[in-house]
Amino acid sequence: MAGHGITFEPDDRYNAFLTTCTKAPHGQGKLCGIAVAVKDNISTRGIETTCASKILKGYVPPYDAHVVGLLRQSGAAIVGKTNMDEFGMGTTTENSAFGPTLNPHDTARVPGGSSGGSAAAIAAGMVRMALGTDTGGSIRCPAAFCGIVGLKPTYGRVSRYGLIAYANSLEQIGPMGRTVSDVSTLMGVIAGHDRRDSTSHDRPYTHTPKGDIKGLKIGIPQEYFGPGVDPQVAAVVNKAIGRLEELGATTVSCSIPSMEYALAAYYVTCTSEASSNLARFDGVRYGPGADTKRSWHESFRDVRRAGFGPEVRRRIMLGTYALSSGYYGRYYAKAQIARENVKKDFTRIFSKVDVIAGPTMPTIAFTLGEKSEPLSMYLTDILTVPVNLAGIPAISVPCGTAEGMPVGLQIMGSPWEDERVIDVAYAYEQAVT
Amino acid sequence: MTEGQVIVGLEVHCQLDTRSKLFCGCSTDYRSDGPNTHVCPVCLGLPGAMPVLNKRSIEYALRVAKALNCSVLPESEFSRKNYFYPDLDKAYQITQYDKPLAEGGYLEIEGDEGGEKRIRITRIHVEEDPGRLVHRGSAERGKYSLVDYNRAGIPLIEIVSEPDMRSPKEARKFLNKLRATLEYLSVFDSEKEGSLRVDANISIKGSERVEVKNISSYKGVEKALLFEITRQKSLLRRGQKVDRETRHYLEARGVTQSSRSKEQEHDYRYFPEPDLRPLHVQSWVEGIVLPELPDARRERFIAQYRCSLNHARTLTGELRVANFFEKVVLADPVGLSTLAATWIADTLIGELNYRNMSIDGVDAPGFMELLTLIRQGTITDKSGIEVLRVMLDQRLNKQPCETPAAIVDRLNLAKTSGDPGALTVAIEEVITQHPKALEDYRNGKSGAINFLVGQVMKKTRGCADPGELNRLLTEALKQREAG
Repeated sequence: MAGHGITFEPDDRYNAFLTTCTKAPHGQGKLCGIAVAVKDNISTRGIETTCASKILKGYVPPYDAHVVGLLRQSGAAIVGKTNMDEFGMGTTTENSAFGPTLNPHDTARVPGGSSGGSAAAIAAGMVRMALGTDTGGSIRCPAAFCGIVGLKPTYGRVSRYGLIAYANSLEQIGPMGRTVSDVSTLMGVIAGHDRRDSTSHDRPYTHTPKGDIKGLKIGIPQEYFGPGVDPQVAAVVNKAIGRLEELGATTVSCSIPSMEYALAAYYVTCTSEASSNLARFDGVRYGPGADTKRSWHESFRDVRRAGFGPEVRRRIMLGTYALSSGYYGRYYAKAQIARENVKKDFTRIFSKVDVIAGPTMPTIAFTLGEKSEPLSMYLTDILTVPVNLAGIPAISVPCGTAEGMPVGLQIMGSPWEDERVIDVAYAYEQAVT
Repeated sequence: MTEGQVIVGLEVHCQLDTRSKLFCGCSTDYRSDGPNTHVCPVCLGLPGAMPVLNKRSIEYALRVAKALNCSVLPESEFSRKNYFYPDLDKAYQITQYDKPLAEGGYLEIEGDEGGEKRIRITRIHVEEDPGRLVHRGSAERGKYSLVDYNRAGIPLIEIVSEPDMRSPKEARKFLNKLRATLEYLSVFDSEKEGSLRVDANISIKGSERVEVKNISSYKGVEKALLFEITRQKSLLRRGQKVDRETRHYLEARGVTQSSRSKEQEHDYRYFPEPDLRPLHVQSWVEGIVLPELPDARRERFIAQYRCSLNHARTLTGELRVANFFEKVVLADPVGLSTLAATWIADTLIGELNYRNMSIDGVDAPGFMELLTLIRQGTITDKSGIEVLRVMLDQRLNKQPCETPAAIVDRLNLAKTSGDPGALTVAIEEVITQHPKALEDYRNGKSGAINFLVGQVMKKTRGCADPGELNRLLTEALKQREAG
């Protein structure tokens, strides 16, 4: 609306933003005048959108993502685009072509990823809320590492129209904020059906968080406290679960045996989809242009070689291999079977419990450069990817610290029960503050 | 099947004539507009844009499936076919792969050995058209190419036949019948440029199969197949073998050319399109009421208008022609139908083809008037053709269009039967000018009289009534004989 706007001139010492909008216009509504940051893989009309990749440098979308349109309608001021791992491929925000984001709690450490810019901007107090995207933990991981709240909604609850696809069948846009209430408010703005996203459902979110969890049954999967999970982190999370019990919840031990294959299924699926999604970046229509004096395939090759970072190239090659004729059955098809098994495990557990709780990440935030070996980084996604494979909602809420760094409690729910995981997180948050 | 038998199977891609594209709301009516004017984030493949299936295109495809006697699958699915090409906006084509819309049908054609022949349909699937490259100069030597995405996202159906055709002629007939069927279903417009493309699989029994791609006209199919059969047979005759390969048809030269082997090594890395849900549309089929199809209309033309089988076939072979016929005879079916059938099937279509004109450009009332003039004996058949040509040329050249009667008057084409004197004079002149013919006639050579008839016709510019001419000429000759 004409005349309304805020001035946004943050001291971005953590490199959380790729683009800031110094004069951010806003309208009337639920989020009137609230500064909201948007992850740089979500299309914003008139604002450069790069996915933190050189290959999209200079790309200004001619249209708004559905969620961005909703933000504008609700009066929010879009103040900038946040840093991320290139195309969402990473767990640290170090894989940005424009430099890593630093963790506001300790600048020697990563903020987590891939929505690290959004999490850092909130943790540093630059914005009250932000949009992130979660393909295999990309909202929850940085929320946990930066000590804020982040929700990965049920698959189909929030329109993906305008989200630059990395792995379509896994990812969701979700709200991030300092408090569960803020996350709930933002969720109320962005959720609901959009006819431009055929996978979106007519499930609007109109909930106000409630703190009463008496009689709630919580499943505690043994795999979330097994080897590979830092004992200090496990202890902090166990204590938080104890707090939920004090609030009237009961806990049941359970098991997700399919988790053995979850990481493999996840990485085969996301790299396969990525290899196809990222094929369109050829310099013909947007981004740094192709050399028109070369033949088309030479110029495509050069544009892509120069434009993609090493992790993106690695995942494109992995996915291309997995989909190749003769390998499809061995990799992609098998990954979908494993995925079904993960879904079945969750369905079975949710027939007996209301939510599942565990740590969001197996460790606290890594130091910069600590996970430079790709496989060691992939392994840290083990506690977040099952949720994406199953399409269920999960929230990460701060639950204390280990070695002075924030630890996240992850609450997972049945499909479409985003309200319930928000309620449990809210109950915990209210109890400890 | 005997050794040496020709075996042909076709993959036919047809643009469905919907108003909007397959996965976005852009208009499909792009042909008269500038490049890249019918585009949006979806069909340009902009980052973040997502496809939404056009329901109408599925309805159209289901109509085709039902008309071709196919079974619609309980669940079908869209897949991505991944390959790089500048005209492919997303670097993948959304198509159907292992779960097509429909499978296992047939189409009946008139076989080479007479009678109806069933050509089995393997499958029907729905997919999007890519954009189009516009080359400046030749594709190889031009400095650059331009890309136009207006066509990107136009809905296509691919109809795959079994290798049931035994000659290029049968392939042509299959294609004509398919085109007619699609037009009767109101899902396809064959007159739109580039609306049909064909890949043909062809082999000689006992040898490898060759795929010929890039055939974009009805005539091209027959020509490409004839070329390919000759090529394969001459290889075999020389004791060489036919390689299993993909070849491209070069329309301008009428030949097929081996594609570089690189292109055959495509690995399309198909996988299910995650942005679209599986389709469950089997139940829609029951609700589809098919219109009258070419075979039924042919039988009706025979019964209702007493058309000959051949005429009925020709007339119903194209929707526009069949509609034109019925419009022309509407006022007087009994009086005009036989004449109209003959004139449309035997004359008009040929004249239209010669001018590369659509029957839509012919004025039905004017044509009916022309038939009436012929039927009433005002003009001869020969003059009728002349009037028709003038009518078509005036249309074609966008000149003011005269009525048939006005053309007859202006060109003085009315039968000369009203003036036997002029005809007698012409006959006398002709006989005098061709003494050799008279000699031949006297010697009993029957050809002579035909020659003289022809000469008189020429002199009277075809206006002589043939019966009258015959009578007067015979009389005149008899007189000479006697003399």
